[in-house]
Amino acid sequence: MNFQAVKAIYLFEMARTWRTIWQSIVSPVVSTSLYFVVFGSAIGSRIETVEGVSYGAFIVPGLIMLTLLTQSISNASFGIYFPKFTGTIFEILSAPVSFFEVVIGYVGAAATKALMIGLIILLTATLFVDIRIAHPLWMVGFLVLTAISFSLLGFIIGIWADSFEKLQLVPLLVVTPLVFLGGAFYSISMLPEAWQSVALANPVVYLISGFRWSFFEVSDVPVGISLAMVGLFLALCLGVIWWIFKTGYQLKK
Amino acid sequence: MDPIVSIKALSKRYANGFEALKSVTLDIEKGEILALLGPNGAGKTTLISTICGIVTPSEGSVTVAGHDIVTDYRKTRAMIGLVPQELTTDAFESVFDTVSFTRGLFGKKRDDAVVERVLKSLSLWDKKDNKIMMLSGGMKRRVLIAKALAHEPEILFLDEPTAGVDMELRKDMWEVVRDLRRTGVTIILTTHYIEEAEEIADRIGVINNGELLLVEEKQALMQKMGQKQLTLDLQAPLDALPDSLMDYALELGDGGTSLTYTYDTQAKRTGITALLGDLSAAGISFRDLRTSQSSLEEIFVSLVKDSA
Ligand SMILES: Nc1ncnc2c1ncn2[C@@H]1O[C@H](COP(=O)(O)OP(=O)(O)OP(=O)(O)O)[C@@H](O)[C@H]1O
Ligand SMILES: [Mg+2]
Repeated sequence: MNFQAVKAIYLFEMARTWRTIWQSIVSPVVSTSLYFVVFGSAIGSRIETVEGVSYGAFIVPGLIMLTLLTQSISNASFGIYFPKFTGTIFEILSAPVSFFEVVIGYVGAAATKALMIGLIILLTATLFVDIRIAHPLWMVGFLVLTAISFSLLGFIIGIWADSFEKLQLVPLLVVTPLVFLGGAFYSISMLPEAWQSVALANPVVYLISGFRWSFFEVSDVPVGISLAMVGLFLALCLGVIWWIFKTGYQLKK
Repeated sequence: MDPIVSIKALSKRYANGFEALKSVTLDIEKGEILALLGPNGAGKTTLISTICGIVTPSEGSVTVAGHDIVTDYRKTRAMIGLVPQELTTDAFESVFDTVSFTRGLFGKKRDDAVVERVLKSLSLWDKKDNKIMMLSGGMKRRVLIAKALAHEPEILFLDEPTAGVDMELRKDMWEVVRDLRRTGVTIILTTHYIEEAEEIADRIGVINNGELLLVEEKQALMQKMGQKQLTLDLQAPLDALPDSLMDYALELGDGGTSLTYTYDTQAKRTGITALLGDLSAAGISFRDLRTSQSSLEEIFVSLVKDSA
């Protein structure tokens, strides 16, 4: 194991984060506050509680997940796409590192940054609503697992993409709709019967449900199933990455 | 002594079917400076990239210090430093950080003293805190060299190091290269320029269309360059050489109106006097005469032309 290389990549990526720390933090904080104003206040004044939780608090886990997913994906996809784009990837390819080590470095840094922002949003939320976390360990567990899984997905997207447009495509066309339809702002049980079963095909439903359970002990699906789904997704991403590195897809000529 | 890099029947076919390397076999000795000479598209970068792990070989094998570059890539790559042809650098990082990063990437513990030494040897020390994007092209080239040296490699590949580089930097660079050679580093560089190969290399390899046409000691090539041609324009055209002149290395050209004699300037006897005597004895007279020397350039051009 080339620990020095993992460390070098991780610190290099984190340095990129620190350089742009203000825009990294300010924009999610601002958009989260906007969500609170729009959803929490405007809609929340009509919907008092969902499953016994005040609406303003109810949407917090969903909001954190929304940001966590988009941040994980964009950090990791950009992190690996950029050296491909500028050509500096040659250095990684010619270094005595295994693909596994490269992934740890890039994905670790992307997940770290996403987690930091997730926690900042949680802190911002406490300014607006009262939040109690029933199972803090589970909450952190879900946060970390989700950040890692979706950073892996971002890494895959960054390798697959051969233009900046494609880099934006998946987050915009797939992830954001899935999160919105995944019960970030409502409970699946509020949907008509038929749509409930459709919603269960959406992997993000399990994430948000499990995460919300760690706060309020209310969930759309049992927490064990949520955890299993996150694990499954993680394994799937790892499988794809293993294949990418085995074949050198989009990396080696 | 075993070669430090041993390339055996290496072929590379790109995804589009283009065959950029055709069964290249080459041994590189430890501590030598080898120049790979070849026109655009010859396959120089492909060859280097394959050894460094950026391009996957289609057939054949490469070993570095006895280790296979595919199965034992950790060992081989740790020994190699690569300065790519393109100026691909980070933009926002500082010079010091980017060089230090490469050292870590290649598995070496952070060591600011080494980075400092490398930067100083390339006159980059006063730029150490500058962002790379603020540097000139030549400076970026130095940064790339510094990065390649950051992990103290035993083998250094320089892919067209002098492209876009002024005289000053070129001189500095050769100084660095010679210093490295003195410490036992093996250096492989590619170039389009013969003078460059001549100036710095111990051996010269000529590559074209993916084939290695020749690899020779520079001295041996210079010897070839030592050959001269004496051309005689004849008064009357000849159909064939008379028997009495058969022993000379003569060629009849221009429809029989000129005779070319090739001789070695370094030889004790060039044979010119005897030839001229035998010519007049055979009754052949000439209008004019001139001598010419084949340069390495001409050898190169004729090699490349023959292989095309
Ligand atoms: N990824 C690729 N796919 C297909 N063909 C390629 C690829 N990369 C290089 N080639 C082709 O392989 C040949 C050799 O290219 P290479 O870059 O090795 O040449 P070179 O000797 O370094 O040339 P130059 O002196 O211009 O740098 C060229 O004809 C080039 O077009
Ligand atoms: Mg080249």
